[in-house]
Parts: sequence; C-alpha cells; structure tokens
Amino acid sequence: MNKRIYYGLYGLIVILLVLPFVVPNNFYLDLAVRMAINAIIVIGLNLLIGFAGQISLGHAGFLGIGAYASAVLPMHFGWHPVTAMLTGALASALLAALVAKPIFKLKGHYLAMATLGLGIIINIALRNEAQWTGGPDGMPVMPMALFGFEIGSDRQWYWVVAALLVLTVWGSLNLIDSPFGRALRALHGSEVASQVVGVNVARYKVSIFVLSAFSASIMGSISAHYIGFISPNFADFFHSIELVTMVVIGGMASVYGSIVGAVLLTALPQALATFEGWETVAFGAILMLCMIFMPRGLVPTLAARFSKGDDK
Amino acid sequence: MSLLEVKDLSIHFGGVKAVQNVSFSIDSGIVYSVIGPNGAGKTTLFNLITGVYTPTSGEIRLDGEIIQGKSPDELARRGMARTFQNLQICMNMSAIENVMVGAHLRLDRNLFKAMLRLPALKRRDEALREEAAGLMEFVGLGEYVGARADAMSYGALKRLEIARALAMKPRLIFLDEPAAGLNPKETQEVDHLVRKVADSGITVVLVEHDMKMVMNLSDRILVLDYGRRLAEGTGQEVRANPDVIAAYLGTHA
Ligand SMILES: Nc1ncnc2c1ncn2[C@@H]1O[C@H](COP(=O)(O)OP(=O)(O)OP(=O)(O)O)[C@@H](O)[C@H]1O
Ligand SMILES: [Mg+2]
Repeated sequence: MNKRIYYGLYGLIVILLVLPFVVPNNFYLDLAVRMAINAIIVIGLNLLIGFAGQISLGHAGFLGIGAYASAVLPMHFGWHPVTAMLTGALASALLAALVAKPIFKLKGHYLAMATLGLGIIINIALRNEAQWTGGPDGMPVMPMALFGFEIGSDRQWYWVVAALLVLTVWGSLNLIDSPFGRALRALHGSEVASQVVGVNVARYKVSIFVLSAFSASIMGSISAHYIGFISPNFADFFHSIELVTMVVIGGMASVYGSIVGAVLLTALPQALATFEGWETVAFGAILMLCMIFMPRGLVPTLAARFSKGDDK
Repeated sequence: MSLLEVKDLSIHFGGVKAVQNVSFSIDSGIVYSVIGPNGAGKTTLFNLITGVYTPTSGEIRLDGEIIQGKSPDELARRGMARTFQNLQICMNMSAIENVMVGAHLRLDRNLFKAMLRLPALKRRDEALREEAAGLMEFVGLGEYVGARADAMSYGALKRLEIARALAMKPRLIFLDEPAAGLNPKETQEVDHLVRKVADSGITVVLVEHDMKMVMNLSDRILVLDYGRRLAEGTGQEVRANPDVIAAYLGTHA
C-alpha cells in the first residue's frame, strides 16, 4: 500500500470544511450530520466485515446500548453525558468480547446467526425495560455537554461529527496498513495460512469485533444526543441490515467505500420519501442489484476501472 | 537429541486411518524428505506436526518438548514454518504483503499504536518491506515486488509461499510439493532454492513427487504408504528397499 491512499483523506477534510458554508439550509446540514454518523459506524463495521471477513447482523444492538446508556444514565441517575457515553461503549465492548469468544471458534454462519440473535435480544430488552427506556415509545435524551458547553445546534454537531469522521478514517487507514491490519486481512484471505505464520486468529477476530462494537456504541450515543430522542427501532434488525447494506454497496474492505455507502443510503430515504413504507423494499432491491452487478461494491469497482495493478 | 521426534503418530478421520503409528526423527540442519504415493498421508503428517490437525494418538517432540495439540500459531512461535500443497495465498493482499505477514511474530502488533501510526512502528514496517522485497528476490520473484497476488502465475505463487515462510525466520520449514505443477526449468529453480534454504541453516522437511529432486536434495527419506511407514533411511537405502520398489511399482499386497 502507498501514500496515495491518504489523498482521499485530504479530499474528505476539504469537503468537510467547505460543506457547512455551501449547504443551502439546515435540512442539508442535518442530512450531512447523519451521513457522517453512519459513515463512522459503517467504517467500523467494514473493518469487521470487509477486512477481517466476519459478519455481524446485530450491530444496531451496540448502537442501541450506546444510545440508551446516554439516554437513561443522565436522565434517571444524573450521570454526566460523557461518562454515560463511555460507560455504554465499555459495556458494548465487554458484551462483544464475551459473545465473540465462544462464537468465533465456530465459522461464518454461526456468527451471522449469533450476532443476529444478539441484536434481537438487545432490542427486546430495550423494549421491555419500559420503566427505564419508555419501552416501544422511546424516550427523550438530555443534551450533550462538553467542558461546560452544551452541544445543541446542528452546526455544532456537524463539527464534532466531522472531526470524528476524519479521525476514524485516519485511524482506520493506519490500522489496515499495519502489522495488526495485515494479520486481519490475512486471516480473511486464508485462515490456515495466517495461523501457521503465528496469527492468533481468534484473538484478532475478537479484537476487531470489540473495536467495531465500541465505535458503534459511541456513535449510538452521539446519535441519541443529536436527535434528542431515542426509540428501540434505532436498535432493531432493520437498522443492522441497513448498515450491512451500506458496507456492501460502498465496497467491502474499502474505507472510502464505507463513506460512499453511508452517504448514498442515508440520502436514499429522502429520495424515496414518496414510496412511504417501501424504503426497506428499496434497500433490499438495491442490495440485490449491487450484488449482481457490482459484487465488490461501488468504490472498489470504480477504483479497479480507473487504475490498474494497484491494490486499493 | 533430534530437533523433531515423532513417535507412533496416528490420526483417523472416521474410518480412514490417514496416518498410522508413524515414527521417525529429524536432526537439525538436514534435508528430510517424505515421499509416497498419492493419498499416502504426507500432507496429513505435515498438518499433524504443524498443529493444523490434532493426532488421535502418538507423540511429537520439538527439542524434546511435547508439542502435539498445540495450535499452529504457538508452533510458529517455536520456529516452525510451512507451505501448502494447495496454495494458501491471501488474494486480498498484494504479493509483498503476503510475504510481510510472514514476519507477523517479529513485529509490534499493538492495535492502538497501529491506529496512531506511531513513527517507530512505521519505520519498522518500511524496513520490513525492504526485507520482504529481498526475500522475493531470493526466491526468484524480484519482478513481482509491486504485483498483486491475484495477478501471479501458479508457479510464482508457489515460491511466494516459500518467501512468506522464510519471512518467519524459521528453524524448521515444511515444504509440501513445492515443485508440483511446475515445468522442468521451474522445478530446477525450486531445487536450487531449497538447497539455498538448507544451506542457510534451516532444517528442511520436503514432500515432493519429483524423485530426481528428492534424491538430489535429501539427507534422509521417509517413505509412507497407506498412512504407514514403509521405509526410512538415506536415498541409497530407500531406493534399494524391496517394499518401496513394490509400492512404487504398484504391486503391494
Ligand atoms: N480432513 C480430512 N478429513 C478426512 N480425510 C482426510 C482429511 N485429510 C486427509 N484425509 C485423507 O487422508 C488420506 C491421506 O491424505 P493426504 O492428503 O495426507 O495424502 P498425501 O500423501 O498428501 O497425497 P498427495 O500426494 O496426493 O498430496 C487420504 O485418504 C485423504 O482422503
Ligand atoms: Mg499431499
């Protein structure tokens, strides 16, 4: 891999710096914030799915844990939002580590089923603990405060999320092109080959699962604060599938692809608003078409078309 | 004490006794070959010794220490490297990265340092890239240093596996049919390469069907047939063994 992979990051920074000054109104700024939040989640998920080759069909469960930690702990227990967010993220990471350890001893489909089940269990828990979570009706979320400043406006959130996105992209690009990242990609390419060169495969799978769960949880918290309201739908199966769809459409094992996937599929419901209630069907159709015509996803397919002999 | 000692090693897959009560030992610094007809259990033997399979019974010792049942990554830590008869190349990575991953255990694999792109880590990785390029040169893949793995020919990938194994700086290397599917010229080159590897002080265990290469390289040879040890000894001894002759002529009882 080479330095050119970082050019995209510089481009992203420029776009993010200019964007708030060119968007016509708050509607688009709000859209941009949600795109960036999704992009960060999808990058984490892509490290797991695209780079390490492990599926998670329950990732919205971790979003839910983060979101509800940020909703419930400050509201009912008077915790500081930052403490609540970190507690949620640590709980997600711990849960991920606990479930990953036994599951990753098994192969692909078991992980898919187990993560699916995990997501559903978390979702049911959130629905049932109504005295804390408001049950299916959801609950309001108190505003986020950092060093005494309340982060309230869309514009403030935009800068927070944009900074996080840049950091996530930078950290992920670094990770991929490191001994850790190589081991991760190697176990995807050939599990047995990576084992015989000394990669403790189980440990790497657990690590990346935990990392992506941690990241999802943090972004769940941020979403909750940003929207100011949270309901169990946020942590449901359809949201998990939506995230996986973003990974697949943008491109497996592509950091920039994750951003493209997140941007497109966050914008899509707006575009499909006229199909009220049929968005899920549209997602399904798009996923199928994508698998048929661009099995590698948008960005890798285009990258391969425009450059030859280059890796990413 | 031998470097590797195998005693009464067996593995059964359901009814198939792929390896049965096989014993032998390998001294440090030699080229040791394992030969036998298709399905004799050679690859299975490699899988047992390198921890990919767990034996049904028997004992494997490395430096006198029992190692059967240990995982492949633990055995890698003890200086064991191998290649695969059915290529195990990471097609999602570039050729040189496939070699670099061989150095996994010699690197700082910390997740957080990696995400922060710490200069020390980066410098080490750059040095490794040079080293990996050198290894590719060594195995005759100099022209592929910038290539993607999935753009390489079968013969080149066979050598890429050897380069990856060498990147581990192993004491002991298992080569499973490194010349299979290669033309005579390439076979000759692999023959030289194995010699060079052995001369560098690495103990080589070789499975190969090309008898000229086996006889040319081996200090000792183990002959397997139907999972059993048929003969063991120097090339001379093995070649003169009536059981071996019978097995290779296909007239065994
Ligand atoms: N995982 C497995 N499950 C079931 N049977 C197996 C397994 N691995 C090997 N065998 C069987 O063990 C026997 C020995 O196979 P092995 O691959 O070790 O032979 P080999 O000597 O390497 O042959 P070749 O020269 O064709 O590579 C075969 O009958 C094979 O079908
Ligand atoms: Mg074999």
